[in-house]
Formats: sequence, structure tokens, C-alpha cells
Amino acid sequence: MIQQPGTSGLIFNEPMLWEKSRMGRCAMSLPKRDVERKPLEADLTGDEPNLPELSELDVVRHYTRLSQWNFGVDSGMYPLGSCTMKYNPKTNEVQAARQGFAGAHPLSGDEFSQGALKLMYNLEQSLAKITGFQAVTLQPAAGAHGEFCGMLMIHAYHAKKGRQRSKIIIPDTAHGTNPASASLCGYESVNIKSGPDGILEPETVSAVMDEDTAGIMVTNPNTLGLFESNIKEIAEIVHSKGGLVYGDGANMNAIMGIVKPGEIGIDVLHLNLHKTFSTPHGGGGPGSGPVAVGKTLEPFLPVPRVIKAFDTYKFITDSPDTIGRIHTFYGHFGIMVRAYAYILSMGAEGLADASKLAVLNANYVKASLKGILNLPYDKPCMHECVFNDKFQKEYHITTMDMAKRLLDYGFHPPTVYFPLVVDGAFMVEPTETESKENIDQFIQAVKSIALEAKNDPEKLKKAPHLAKLTRLDEVMAARKPCLKG
Amino acid sequence: MRYLPHTQDDIESMLKVTGHASLDDLFAGIPDHLKTKQGIDIPESLSEWELNAHMEQLASLNIACKDYKCFLGAGSYDHYIPAIIPYLISRSEFMTAYTPYQPEVSQGTLQGIYEFQTMITELLGMDIATASHYDCGTALAEACLIALRKNHTDNKIAVSSLVHPSHRQIIQTYIHPAGYEMVEIPYTKEGLTDVVALEKMEGIAGVAVQSPNFFGNIEDLKAFKTTADTKNILFIMSFTEALAYGLLKNPGSLGADLVAGEGQSLGIAKSFGGPGLGLLAGTQKQMRNLPGRLIGKTKDANGADGFVLTLATREQHIRREKASSNICSNNGLNAMTAAMYLATVGKTGIREIALQNHDKAEYLKKSLMNSDFTPAFSTPFFNEFVMKAPDGFEKKRKALIQDKCIFAGMNLEPYYPELKQHYLFCATETISKCDIDHLVKEVQS
Repeated sequence: MIQQPGTSGLIFNEPMLWEKSRMGRCAMSLPKRDVERKPLEADLTGDEPNLPELSELDVVRHYTRLSQWNFGVDSGMYPLGSCTMKYNPKTNEVQAARQGFAGAHPLSGDEFSQGALKLMYNLEQSLAKITGFQAVTLQPAAGAHGEFCGMLMIHAYHAKKGRQRSKIIIPDTAHGTNPASASLCGYESVNIKSGPDGILEPETVSAVMDEDTAGIMVTNPNTLGLFESNIKEIAEIVHSKGGLVYGDGANMNAIMGIVKPGEIGIDVLHLNLHKTFSTPHGGGGPGSGPVAVGKTLEPFLPVPRVIKAFDTYKFITDSPDTIGRIHTFYGHFGIMVRAYAYILSMGAEGLADASKLAVLNANYVKASLKGILNLPYDKPCMHECVFNDKFQKEYHITTMDMAKRLLDYGFHPPTVYFPLVVDGAFMVEPTETESKENIDQFIQAVKSIALEAKNDPEKLKKAPHLAKLTRLDEVMAARKPCLKG
Repeated sequence: MRYLPHTQDDIESMLKVTGHASLDDLFAGIPDHLKTKQGIDIPESLSEWELNAHMEQLASLNIACKDYKCFLGAGSYDHYIPAIIPYLISRSEFMTAYTPYQPEVSQGTLQGIYEFQTMITELLGMDIATASHYDCGTALAEACLIALRKNHTDNKIAVSSLVHPSHRQIIQTYIHPAGYEMVEIPYTKEGLTDVVALEKMEGIAGVAVQSPNFFGNIEDLKAFKTTADTKNILFIMSFTEALAYGLLKNPGSLGADLVAGEGQSLGIAKSFGGPGLGLLAGTQKQMRNLPGRLIGKTKDANGADGFVLTLATREQHIRREKASSNICSNNGLNAMTAAMYLATVGKTGIREIALQNHDKAEYLKKSLMNSDFTPAFSTPFFNEFVMKAPDGFEKKRKALIQDKCIFAGMNLEPYYPELKQHYLFCATETISKCDIDHLVKEVQS
């Protein structure tokens, strides 16, 4: 019998900040005023913002207690498909906190920021080598921002050619942000279905690709965890009509050292440093979404760009075809430091091993749970595998019930109800940093839950039982929005 | 590699279960012609010791030593960060979680961000604040898109020429592909946005004004509200220095429909310009137009209070191409940092810090005036202001950085070619009287 990590223990109630507030407290040691007070004109001055007044321990205890209500990768296995919740190395935090990085002012001037520029240059080069592209921009602040950046470049490319196009092809296995990114550029999405094997078929693409279509957005490996093995033929079809191929590299963690997207017909690709390159997800960000391009799109990269001239580095803004600027400064530099530290720690061999083990872990979960959960596409997967709740339907148990019950066993649930092509999807991405023992515990937990579905379905419907709260009323939250206290 | 836990035995027994002969065999489904023929050409892996040495060497190439003096702002500010903030934000339950899709085990993030939303609405006097955006520039561009989409006849957005130059560039990048246009409102001799010029503009769907503006001057927002109302367009207000609103009348009380701001001043390291914190707030009327995540209060099945992500019907997961924006990851951890900072300084602290910023800036301005600098404007400012420097100052400024780690202002000429020899100076609470006296002595020498 495998011992499961989930158990109950003492946690603490904690009120809202303002309920703890007592007039006259302050947790900040205020500097002594050493110059004359110069009040502003009264009609410019407002009332003090009504912020809570707390002591230092009040603040420390508040946030310590709040943190204990959270589940992070450091707490337990977090197999959230499509999000690559791998271990976030602690040395990366130490590197980003160095005074020379954290304290650097963005407008210090190139000559006084050589360390930052060199780091950015080196990181761009490494990402270009990993993906097989010509050039990289680090400016996008997140994956969706990178997608937008890539689409802006495609848009600028067609504008430069002299005839703008109106549509973009988006497969049903693409990431959810893809259509929204395309529509920001004024492109209408042409949605296409993947074939019976869960991957795109060239004929489907050639049936819709025409000279009014700007290109295609492909996620490879796709969100079913399958490799799009027709990608080269698809790229040829799109290119032959003058279109471009956008690659969503959110799933790059599966193919480092195996496939270089720049070599297989993709023109532009975004990466998520907070997925593949181990930077922490931070409860929803900040991330970083660099974009890699081939020769065709290089002139359109956002400015400023970092260049190396002999042994010095500088920013250039003089780039006539650029899409312009998409971040106030240079992107999320602090996240770049972490990703750079990760790449240096791993080396080429380490990165390739990470991909191999990520794929091994996913295939191991798939093989072990086959027959317990339904596998809509039973073929070798990459770094994630997608099940659904078809077998549990006869007990009226849904994917959501199983997900909530997994919390009691001490696991963060997989991604649920995504991708949309699978009804009741249950999408597991273990990542390479989980050991065999951890994965065996997870597999055992899912097996136990499948048994409970049959023998004690009520237990699942009321799950979770051990979390601080039980299921929350999301309908009420949306119907009567209460967005501040 | 210490991050990879698999032993050779593990790999072998797992491959047996999956039915593969080797790790490479796992990739047999990928056609050979798609596989790369070369490995990844990057340096060999470093031990943690070697990494430390390499990173410290790079960090030391930036002039950002511990006791450097920063009289430089322009969108990134040197404020004191209390020790409890990096300590608390490093708690891995906050740092290594993802978006709170499973609210039962994410109440820490959810309550923390709900408190953030609440304190930001309090700071700005607005009805609703989102769970964060990337930075002020991107939040402002989204606000401009809201105004443009709402208006079906006019396709131009009027933006003050004293909005941060980078922010104006971002707006241009964001709105251009959809066929919209940005027109800049000139500035007056007083260093303020010319409201009369705005009145004369036609075909405008919205107006965006920054206050304190890029020159540090405090704008007369009421006048812009009046003009916006006359034209029946949205009034967007932005700021790069959040601590100004510890002292100034807030944008809500002056009639802003949408507010985009930079929250880096609230306990977040400068970090060479990012990640910062995009703040985005609106009136109740704008609730369903605001892009990005929102946290709302609700109850669980047992009737206990709790929080969830809400109003997701605006978002790309559900609305796909019809979403109000494509934003997915935001700057959540920095929003949590800002909440910790606001809770730490509290009502009295934020006012005192804001006052001291202003006091120091006034003292710096007076001191520079005694050293052959001339004020460019006589308009009230918060902690930044523009001075015309004496001849030869640029050379001296660079020498001060190189030799003394003092950043004496920023040259405005690259951004405003008409302002030759004009510098933007900033003083915050981290600058002492002694630092200012020292700067002046160096400048005079």
C-alpha cells in the first residue's frame, strides 16, 4: 500500500487585512525627514488612501497564513497539463536577486549596463540554438504577449508585401489564447479540425489555405500531447500560398535537443520561460514569452534589440520594418536571469535529458492508467497525455469530481476540460522533475479514486474533504460580482 | 543533474511499462527527417559554484552597486523595500503555484489578490481594479483599445505628448494593426498637456493623459474630464509613480473612466525594467470591458466565505476570438508584492513617504538652482522635475556614474529633441540631504 501525501492538519483562519487594522499602527520604519517640509498646494492634495494600519508581525502572520492555504510545486506534484509545472530551482532566485541585476535602473545607459545586455544577448543566442532559429526577442512579458508579438510580425510582413490578408487558420488543438491573439491583429480565425489520430492532416489545411489567409497557428506538440508529424507538408502548403507558420512553443519541453522548430518549416515561435525554462509561475505570473524567428521575419522584431559589436553590447532602435515596442523597457529581465541560470545549469545534455524524461514520465502515466481512465487518442504521447471521464459516466462521476478528490490525496489536479476537442478532458503533464515514486503515488491515487467512483460516488461528488474550503460557488461570484472589500 | 531524479533503474523499469526499448525510442513517432541532426550548441553545464561566479561577474558589469545614488526615475523608481517583503513573497506556496484554477487549494493567492484589488481601488479612487497587467504601457494600450472599440464612428485616440515615450510607442504598436490611429496632444510652456489643443481635435474616441506627466508635472485632470465629457469620449489617465497617490487627489475623484498605472514603486525591485506591475482600474460601467483576471468573493458549499476567479466570460478561454484581450498570465506575484507593501506602509506610512519624496525633490531642485541649473517649468511636481543644465554637464554626468556611482538625472534630448541640455531629475525617500549636498558639490567641482 502506497502512503499518500494528502492529510489534514492545523491551519489558521485569517481575516481580511482591513479587519486587523488598528489606527496608529505602521509596519514600516519611516525615514527621518532631513530637509524642509514643502507642502503641495491644497487643491492638488487628496485624502490619505484608506489603507490598513498594521504592525510588522500582523503583516508577517497574515501572509504566512495565507501562503499555507496555497498549493505550489514545492508542496506537491502539480501535473497541470499544458502548464509545465516543473521544479523551480532556488539558485535561480539567488541569481535574480543579485544587487547588480535587481538594483539596475533600466535607463542607466548601455555603457553602464553591460552585464544586463550581455546576459540578454547570451540568452537570446541560447534560445536561438535550442529552437533552431536565426534571432530572438526577449521583450514579450508572457506567452500570450509573445503570441501577439508573433502575429504582429506576420501582420507587418504581409503589409510590407503590399497586400494585407484577412484570415488565419487555427486548429482545434491550439492553445486558447491563439484566436484572441490573432483577432488583435484584425485576423478572422478559420477553425479547422484535427484528424482521427488527433493530429492535423495536410488535406484539411490545403482545403482552406488561400491567398487571403495570412498563415496558420500550430501548437507542436499539440495540446493533446501529440507531435504534429505532418508539420513540414503543412508548412509547404501554407508557404506556397504566401502564408507564414506560427508555432506556439509552449510545449517546447517535450522536444529540446530532438526537434528544432526552426528546421521544420515554422517561421516564428514563442517560448514560455515560465514553462520550459523553469521560472516560477508566481500564482499567475510574471512570466516571459520570448519569440524566435527565421530570416524572413527578423527585420520585423520589436525594438530595442541587443547587438554585440566587438566586445561591447548595445541596444539599437533603428530598424525600419520593426513592429515597434511592446514593453516599457526590455521585457521581464528578472525572469530572463532565472531562465539563463537554468540553461547554464542544465547545459545541452541536461536540456535534452529533461525532454526525454518528461516524455518518459507522461508515457508512464498513460500506460499505467490506461484501462482505468479512457484514452480518447491511444497513441504514443509526448510530454502530456489526455484522458477523459467516459468510463466513470455510468456512476455519474465527472472529471471535475475526480479532480477535486485528487486534492484530498495531496495532488494538484491535472488540467481539466481542456483541450476542448476532448469531452471531459483530464490532461496530465507530470514534467521531468517528478520522480518515479511521486508518479507511482499519483497513479495509485487515481486508481483509488476510480474505485471510489464505483463504490462510493458521493464521496467524490462532495470532494474535496481535506482542503480549507469545499467547492466554491462560481455562478454566484459571476452573477453578483463582488470584486473588492 | 540535480533537478532530474531518475536513476538508471527507474528509467529501465518505466520503459518496461511503456513498452519502449530506450529513451530515444519514445520519439520513434517523430519522422526522422523532422529530427535535428545536431545537438544544441550551448556551453557545457555549470556547477552551482561556477554559476555563482559567472553571474556575479555579469552583475558587477552593471553600475548598480549597493550604495549607488539614483537621481533617475522616468518610469522606474528607487524606493526602499522593507525586509519583510522579499522574505514573505519568497514563500514558495505563493511563488510556485499557478493561476488559481482550483480555488479550494488557492485561497492564499485568491484572498491576497482580492485584497490587492481592494487597496488599488482605494489608492486610485476607482470602482474596480484588475488582478494586474504586465506594465503601465501595456495596460494603457489596452485602455486605449477599450475606448476605440466602444466608439463606432471615430478611430483616433488622443494621447498626451507627456505620456511616457515608451508607452506612446506601445500604444502605436497595439492599435495600428486594427486600423486605429494615435494623435499626440502637444505640451505647453508650463510643461503641461495642452487642453486647448485637445478641444480642437476631431474624430477622437478617447483621451489619455499621464499625471504626474513625463516631466514630473501634475496635470489639471479636471480640465481634461470636462473636455472628454463635452466630446462624449472616455477619459483615460495614467501614471508611472504610484506613490504620488499617497499625496495627490486620486484619478477617480477627478473623473477618470479608466486608469492605467505602473506599480513598480510599491515594493518591487527595478530589475532593469521588469517585471514591474501593470495596474488597470475602471469605473463600474467599464467592468465587462476590462481585460485580464478578476477575483471575486463567494461562498463554498458549506457557506464559508471564499474567493474565485470570476467573470471569465470576458476571457480567451471561453470567448476565444471575441475575448476582450488575449492576456493569460499577468504579473500576479508582483501584485501580491504590492499588496504586502501597501499593508506594510499603511495609511500613515504612504502619506509620509509621499511627502518626503516631494520634500527631497524640492530640496534637490533648489540645490541644483544654486549650481547654475535653470528650472524648465514652474509647475507643481511630485518627485521629478526638468532642469536645463549648464554647458559641459553631459560629460560630468557620465563621469559621475563611472567614478562615483551617482546617476545625476536623465538626458531628455533623445525623447524631446527641442529640449537640448534638459535633464529629468528624481529624488525619492532613499536620498538623504547629505546625498543631495554631495551631488551638488560634485556637479560644481
